[in-house]
Amino acid sequence: MTASIALRSSADVQYVLRLADTCLIWSHRLSEWCGHAPVLEEDIALANHALDLLGQARALLTHAGRLDGQGFDEDQLAYLRDERDFLNVTMAELPNGKSAGGPGDFAFTVLRNFMLSSWALALWARLQDSRDAELAAIAGKAVKEARYHREHAADWVVRLGDGTEDIALRMQAALERLWPYTNELFDADAVDAAAAGSALGPAWSTLREGWLADVRAVMAEAMLPLPAPSAYRSEAKRGMHSEHMGHLLAGMQHLQRAFPGGVW
Amino acid sequence: MSDVRNEWPLWEVFVRSKAGLDHKHCGSLHAPDAKGAVQLAREVYTRRQEGTSIWVVRSDQIVASDPADKDMYFDPMADKVYRHPTFYELPDAVNHM
Repeated sequence: MTASIALRSSADVQYVLRLADTCLIWSHRLSEWCGHAPVLEEDIALANHALDLLGQARALLTHAGRLDGQGFDEDQLAYLRDERDFLNVTMAELPNGKSAGGPGDFAFTVLRNFMLSSWALALWARLQDSRDAELAAIAGKAVKEARYHREHAADWVVRLGDGTEDIALRMQAALERLWPYTNELFDADAVDAAAAGSALGPAWSTLREGWLADVRAVMAEAMLPLPAPSAYRSEAKRGMHSEHMGHLLAGMQHLQRAFPGGVW
Repeated sequence: MSDVRNEWPLWEVFVRSKAGLDHKHCGSLHAPDAKGAVQLAREVYTRRQEGTSIWVVRSDQIVASDPADKDMYFDPMADKVYRHPTFYELPDAVNHM
């Protein structure tokens, strides 16, 4: 088995990895739908979304490896870091959920897609002004993808939320489950302060207002009441993951660790 | 066999390529509503950069000629050569069509 690698963890690298890892892990969860979505056309749509996110993750991981300065490439970062060194938000690593006899909870998936897409869109839009030219360039491309992801997911939220009583109840339950994890998307800490201070990117706390306005508008159209504010603070973006991350990484990293440097 | 009433409606998809002038029929898909149909057409039929514009039409909105009437509708065209603009000689000034 291949030993894990460790990065130097400057504030800049951490800031980039938080977005890179969120895209990577979110992409991984979406890819689990491939071949199992309720409808063929949506199966392709989810797979396309997963591929878009993977492309964003690849660009960001490559850049993070460069910033870190030890010569690690995107593959090494994706497959050889330990759980504590992944900095994605917890919401991305939550499993797709179980539905009766199915591979996942579609209601949960579209809600998570909408909430993360709206957040990602706001972040990418601001990153276009980064002092880091490479990051700004990646953002220029990603913002278009994010705009579409957000719209597609929002349309699903409205379609399902304002649907039959049965599905509306499931949407409400999914919303309650997801809501406590949204705080993490806007918690500010030293990494944000450093990024904002050096114009690398915005502090995540500055994205909250716009995001909340977007979510309120879409939930209103979907006839879904917003849950009460939660005091819960998840911390995967600081390396303290939920119980799901270990299982996710075991599946994702096993092959590369068992056959080091394998290509096919 | 699934009950047909539980299926989403069927839509025909037409895509115009970047360099093209007309939308070409490229297939069909099921979608719950018009906006969903356009988005899913984008997902299914333009993911390899096939086009820059999409039209979708509900399949039951398409009115087509009856194949059984092919004789009556189209055979008479075969011997009406005078309807073709091939006997007119264009003056040089406009002969670049």
